[in-house]
Amino acid sequence: MTSTSNKSARRLPGVTRRTFTGSAIAAAAVAGVAPFNIVRGQAAALKVGVILPKSGPQAFFGQSCQRGIDIAPALLAEMGYNVKLDVTSVDFETNVDLARSRAEKLVNDGAHVLIGPFDSGAAGAIAQVAEQKGVPFMINIAAAPQITEQGYKYVFRNFPTAPMLIGNGLSLMKEFFKATGATPKTAVFMHVNDTFGQASARGVEALFPRLEMPFKILETISYDPAARDLSVEVAKAKASGAEMVMLVSRLNDSILLVREMVKQRFEPMGIISPGSPGMYEEQFFTTLGKFSEYCVTNVPWYNPKSEIAQKVAGAFRKQFPNDRLIGHIFNVGFSFESMMIVADAYQRAKSTNGQALAEALRATKIDKRVMIGGAIQFNEKGQATTIASAALQNRNLEPKVVLPAEAQELKPVFPVPGWNNRG
Amino acid sequence: MSGPRRAAPGGRARVLLGLLLALLMLLPFVVNPYLLSVLTLILYLAYVGQAWNVMMGFAGQLSLGHSLYVGLGAYVSAALFVHYGVPPALGFLAAILVALVFGAAIGFLAFRFGVSGVYFALLTIAFAEFTRIGFDHFDWVGGSGGFFLKVAQRDYNDLVNLRGSPEMFYYLLLAMTAGCFLLCHRLMQSRIGFYWLAIREDQEAAQAVGIDVFRYKMLAVMLSAALASLAGVFTAFFNNNLFPFQIFGIEKSIEIILGPIIGGLGTLFGPILGAFVLTVLAEGLRGTMEALGVVLPGVKQVFYGICLLFVIMFLPHGIWPSLRRRLGLDSDGRR
Amino acid sequence: MPIELYLNVALGGVLTGLVYGLMALGLSVIFGVVRVVNFAHGEMMTLAMYAAVMLFVYFKLDPLLLMLPIMATLFLFGYAMQTAVINPFITRPEHSQFILLVAIAIIMINGLLMFFGPNARNVLVDYAYDSYQIGPILLDKVRVIAALAALAVAAALFAFFRYAPTGKAIRACADNNRGALVVGLNVKRLYALTFGLGSACVGAAGCMMVLLVDVTPMLGPTYTLLAFVIVIVGGLGSMGGALLGGLLVGVSEALAGLVLTPSAKSMVTFALLILVLLLRPQGLLGRKA
Repeated sequence: MTSTSNKSARRLPGVTRRTFTGSAIAAAAVAGVAPFNIVRGQAAALKVGVILPKSGPQAFFGQSCQRGIDIAPALLAEMGYNVKLDVTSVDFETNVDLARSRAEKLVNDGAHVLIGPFDSGAAGAIAQVAEQKGVPFMINIAAAPQITEQGYKYVFRNFPTAPMLIGNGLSLMKEFFKATGATPKTAVFMHVNDTFGQASARGVEALFPRLEMPFKILETISYDPAARDLSVEVAKAKASGAEMVMLVSRLNDSILLVREMVKQRFEPMGIISPGSPGMYEEQFFTTLGKFSEYCVTNVPWYNPKSEIAQKVAGAFRKQFPNDRLIGHIFNVGFSFESMMIVADAYQRAKSTNGQALAEALRATKIDKRVMIGGAIQFNEKGQATTIASAALQNRNLEPKVVLPAEAQELKPVFPVPGWNNRG
Repeated sequence: MSGPRRAAPGGRARVLLGLLLALLMLLPFVVNPYLLSVLTLILYLAYVGQAWNVMMGFAGQLSLGHSLYVGLGAYVSAALFVHYGVPPALGFLAAILVALVFGAAIGFLAFRFGVSGVYFALLTIAFAEFTRIGFDHFDWVGGSGGFFLKVAQRDYNDLVNLRGSPEMFYYLLLAMTAGCFLLCHRLMQSRIGFYWLAIREDQEAAQAVGIDVFRYKMLAVMLSAALASLAGVFTAFFNNNLFPFQIFGIEKSIEIILGPIIGGLGTLFGPILGAFVLTVLAEGLRGTMEALGVVLPGVKQVFYGICLLFVIMFLPHGIWPSLRRRLGLDSDGRR
Repeated sequence: MPIELYLNVALGGVLTGLVYGLMALGLSVIFGVVRVVNFAHGEMMTLAMYAAVMLFVYFKLDPLLLMLPIMATLFLFGYAMQTAVINPFITRPEHSQFILLVAIAIIMINGLLMFFGPNARNVLVDYAYDSYQIGPILLDKVRVIAALAALAVAAALFAFFRYAPTGKAIRACADNNRGALVVGLNVKRLYALTFGLGSACVGAAGCMMVLLVDVTPMLGPTYTLLAFVIVIVGGLGSMGGALLGGLLVGVSEALAGLVLTPSAKSMVTFALLILVLLLRPQGLLGRKA
């Protein structure tokens, strides 16, 4: 992803290189790489630095987001944005310390704006650099609510915070029950105990009474993100006698969990996530086959009926013919939107100056978007507020929108068929 | 553990050290912010490496769970700041106190019950992991959801509240590293240092000649813990967000001990050199991979592992002892 | 909570614990004889798990049938590693060995990442979702098979050390290294053999483990740590101790998941380790040094 080096951008002072004489290779590498293309004749290219976890535990998601970044420049030009974007992407190896130093490097190499990172911890680290250097930072995906509560002026997030996500998810759940005419009376709430899972669990705790949910949570079971097996957790859930499983998961654990439920013959009315990854992911389908069916996830999703979403889908299929769009659309949609927001702000700011860009970003109002929700806008904290969720149900090995009605692809099914009564 | 231990810094060593310090003080004026961040990382690793070196390098007690003290220092100072508004300039005392208590407890249990060698190392891992999982469920400091500090932008450097520019953090670390270096130097010259050496080389013999082995081992553990906790205070206010799995993780403990071992265990300058070599190696590999257009994840780490393998195979006492010989800095010219 | 629940969970813990025990057995054998702390133990198991996944994907063979070839491969791997890399380190201090094996672990983890990518892989045998029902007790078929296989491999290893001449020689070597040299045993070769055997053991454990959990490159470190906990609890160098430790950790973790919040259950494992280290540092079945 890194463009070739350009001698003119080699502007490290001699002294710094001398400090590296201990390792000639290192010196060459550190000093000799100028990642941004100098676009001749068009001095006003906006240099966009993208930071994603393309190796380490989150590698899959980082690589998926990268696809949304990759399709953006051509598609944005086609959509009529008259700006030149010069994109450099780096990998932070799912290591938060590295996210910070990668951001330093990008800014040092001249990035005017940063985009990333699919991770709350990394977002927190990058935000510090952005703030110190006065470089706007556009968060594509990261849900920890505190990031936009720490008082930053250059940090913008086009993604719901965990409480917003959960709020949307719980409200949709009520509609879901209304639409299917079946409401469980009790549920067991299972959540992964990592940064995202705990933030979501707090959201559930706070919002559950306020939203007057129609069912009772009999038990909350939090489990280790590195759990080797979840048999005890599922046994405990089964013993609670709850009618429904409410799940906040990651990917691997959602697979382990469903498999264990089948083995232990635990057949609730359904498994519904109020907003977490896992059950709509490609690997969930390939690994679990028929047992992946009918799981429900309430997440922000692309609007299959939006014009831009269709363009994004088209560009994606053209550029990545071997990948299934549905397995990437969540990451691609948000990453593309980040690029679109940045391009839009640059067009209005007419400057690569950090402060001007930040002001333009704050005044963002984009009506036509990829994801379901109102116009893209940020509040005074830089937080987007209009992103809605859709209820997805797994049908025929694909997540299909079953709610809201205006984006509906299939009618919801609930309670779901038993494990052994499936095709 | 027969490695050469130290050269009493003679005239030449003193001059070189002075030059290095001057260079490190001047660097922020000439390097770009990216290199400054790399230098900060080097100093950080050098400092925690020094702290660990007191326990293992000097007194021969292998701790594989040193992230415990760093994490405690970080959480204590951050919690005091967030919940009670206590500035880190005071909070660090509490951080040291908590680390001392934990260090003393672990040391007491281990040494009283005769846990040593591999068993002691595993005990330290067990305590660190136990604490990590505990903090995952410790809601007062955010649990696994993370603990976030407010970041108010200031135009001036505020050492009391540890708010300011990257340069301020760099100089703070430089001061900590230099101070720790001086402290270690003094300790090695003192009676305590000789007792530690005796214990490290042969505990039973040390006991036989009347050294209070228990007492001096405790001293090493507690001092090392206290020093490490200061690194935690720094981390908390430098990063402004803390996650148990990141700060208490066993990867962090390994990161702490790599520098001193690669640099030269039990030497004064080894931890600093080790931190420098390893960080430059990692950054250099990353840069090289990027320049060559290698995007395959994992390649860089494989090369890193191979380099580590070669160093430990061919320089069992670390880089510094052999480098020191080449530079002619050995006091007795023999080692 | 009903008693059946405890019974079910405890039995599940016993079955998993046996597989853990087999994994730890490899570590115990290596430490007991070679006196090297194999900090790449979990990574070696991950390697075996990937081998099982690949062979399963290409030949559609049950991992239990694959056990022998994988054990043989891991044996050669361990033998070669001991001869080529670890042997010079036998007389070096622990921290030196530690860094060496950490370096090997880093290479293995990231090598796997390079070749297989970050996604979890698994083996889906036909009986993956089956379970046996005996009254109120529900036993997971995969777990039962894995536990039985673990017992069989452990028994074979016991027999080897008790009856085979080489096995006896290795034991002699462990008991008295200098003595073994004096009576003319080729200690280096015996060390390599032992490392190979320990690796084969963890290879077998990997074949069973892959039936229970999905494998990712990052899986290694957790299992390395787990193996250590088990071996210390049971007694380093004691073979029966490793199995006992595995059972104890398996069951206590399972029950802790019921009593405490499950995400905190590993705390119990580490607490168990701390207790054993303080009260009986040589482990439950270990001999006093």
